[in-house]
Amino acid sequence: MSAPMLKVEHLSVAFGGVKAVSDVSFEVRPGEVFTLIGPNGAGKTTIFNAISLIVPATGRISYEGRDLAGLAPHQVAKLGIARTFQNIELFEHATVLQNLLIGRHVHRRTNLAAELLFLPSARREEHEFREAVEKVIDFLDLAHYRDQMVAGLPYGVRKVVELARALSTEPRLLLLDEPSSGLNVEETDDMAFWIHDIQNDLGITVLMVEHDMGLVSRVSTRVLALNQGETIAEGTPAEVQSHPAVVEAYLGTAEAT
Amino acid sequence: MRFIFKTAYEQDIRLFKHGGQQFWYGLLGVALLAAPWVLDDYFLGQLTFILIYGIVGLGLMLLSGYTGLISLGHAAFLAVGAYTQAILAAKGWPFPFSLTAAALLAAATGIVVGLPALRVKGIYLAIATMAFGFIVEEVLARWEHVTGGNTGIIVGQLQMFGWTADSEESFYYVALVVAALVTLGVLNLLRSPTGRAFVAIRDSEISARSMGIHLARYKTTSFALSAAITGIAGALYAHKLRIITPEQFTILQSIEYLMMIVVGGIGSVHGAFFGAAFLIVLPQIVAMVKDYLPPAIGQATGLQPTIFGLVLVAVILFEPYGIYGRWLKIRTFFQLFPLYRRGLFRRQKAFMKSERLR
Repeated sequence: MSAPMLKVEHLSVAFGGVKAVSDVSFEVRPGEVFTLIGPNGAGKTTIFNAISLIVPATGRISYEGRDLAGLAPHQVAKLGIARTFQNIELFEHATVLQNLLIGRHVHRRTNLAAELLFLPSARREEHEFREAVEKVIDFLDLAHYRDQMVAGLPYGVRKVVELARALSTEPRLLLLDEPSSGLNVEETDDMAFWIHDIQNDLGITVLMVEHDMGLVSRVSTRVLALNQGETIAEGTPAEVQSHPAVVEAYLGTAEAT
Repeated sequence: MRFIFKTAYEQDIRLFKHGGQQFWYGLLGVALLAAPWVLDDYFLGQLTFILIYGIVGLGLMLLSGYTGLISLGHAAFLAVGAYTQAILAAKGWPFPFSLTAAALLAAATGIVVGLPALRVKGIYLAIATMAFGFIVEEVLARWEHVTGGNTGIIVGQLQMFGWTADSEESFYYVALVVAALVTLGVLNLLRSPTGRAFVAIRDSEISARSMGIHLARYKTTSFALSAAITGIAGALYAHKLRIITPEQFTILQSIEYLMMIVVGGIGSVHGAFFGAAFLIVLPQIVAMVKDYLPPAIGQATGLQPTIFGLVLVAVILFEPYGIYGRWLKIRTFFQLFPLYRRGLFRRQKAFMKSERLR
């Protein structure tokens, strides 16, 4: 067993009096697809937001042995953590290509003066960015939409564009917040293949929140089930799915009436 | 109809995307260079004003159109640039140096004003910048031994290294060169990471942050650059007006500039200049048709603001991307002729956009 890539210890998040997440601990190992499942309001997205440092949390989150506490939210991306959002947060009034190029922002080396004058260094960087982004466009089959405005794209495509934007940052850890929500069966199938390829071909570790149990069992290495902010089960997809506490959380108790 | 077959990234990166653009912008350049031979002094002066307002428009466009931060205090940046130029020119500084100083001082002011922008958004930012505008206006009126108070400052002719812009033509060329350089700078910025970071902040702060964009730094940069550009316009403005007083830099001007970029086409470089042209040309047209209207309308006070207001309402209702949006449609009509469909530019419904964090 290798050293964990992401280690979450005793994480708690409270909004006022409501405890959204209480004392959750887990580890994501390099190269695996780790999935958080749980009914609505279980605190899955809140855990993502805590890792992105956009909600204040107590407990310890460390990434590759480094404590995230004390970092600013924008620094998380620089460490090699990229994420997508449950409700899609794309840059609406920009083309797909521009969205992906924004994903390259962490690799920016030029300064403002070079950009204003568009010095050779800026031009060279633009070429490098384009090359990297085109690889992602190829990988996710987005060539057809490259120059279209995001505002006019169908939902399924936006979902892929958001994944592409996250990949453009060249992350080592990818956080996917419900990658299949709102997708039809075929699109979900594609998503499963892509997650598989991201894990195996690109070697990116994935932490994902997902509701579609079919997708979860197809791609996940390990699963953590949450209910009302607390861990209820952890293990392989099959183990978790048959765990009595999970069944209870989803279906209710089997008490005779 | 034009099909562009792309074979290199450079084709996307360079400023002129195809030969047609090179031709038309070249033609525009030639027309602008030849303007002094065609236009008389009055119209050349108006053209100079369009260039100056165009630069203001670019500055405000960068902030409001691209970064999504509203400012109701831009006349104040213009004032900082204008007064700096007036004072330094009187001390005998050559124009390039005083222009740089005007830009830098305006940028410094921009950074100070930008500080609340890190905390507040939308209407609150509008109020904060508006308050700043009032402060500057008041300082200009009260700081008499420097600014000349309400009587203002008389500005000499633009001079540098023994050369003086003593005619309408020579000043026009200076304005043209400055406007061209500023436009080039803005275009360069927009095809670089910083320009894209601005757009990212405008469209979704939360995901901009998760892409590693330092919100505070880029918002401040946007404010500083926007103020610097406006300050540059202010320096030219001072020489164009020849006498500057605090009442030329009030909240009304700030609102006018905001209106200018909305009518011109928010979020486009073209829009800044279209808006400037609109702002200069409309009063001329109003003055011309005034005499042919029934006296009750033609001679009524407030005719011009009323028309401005109506145009603004019409733009917001029917053409959210302003004159530039209309321009795109007309251009596409001719490019695709006779295949243009009415629905081509129909606004699509934004898909599922639920509540954002914070």
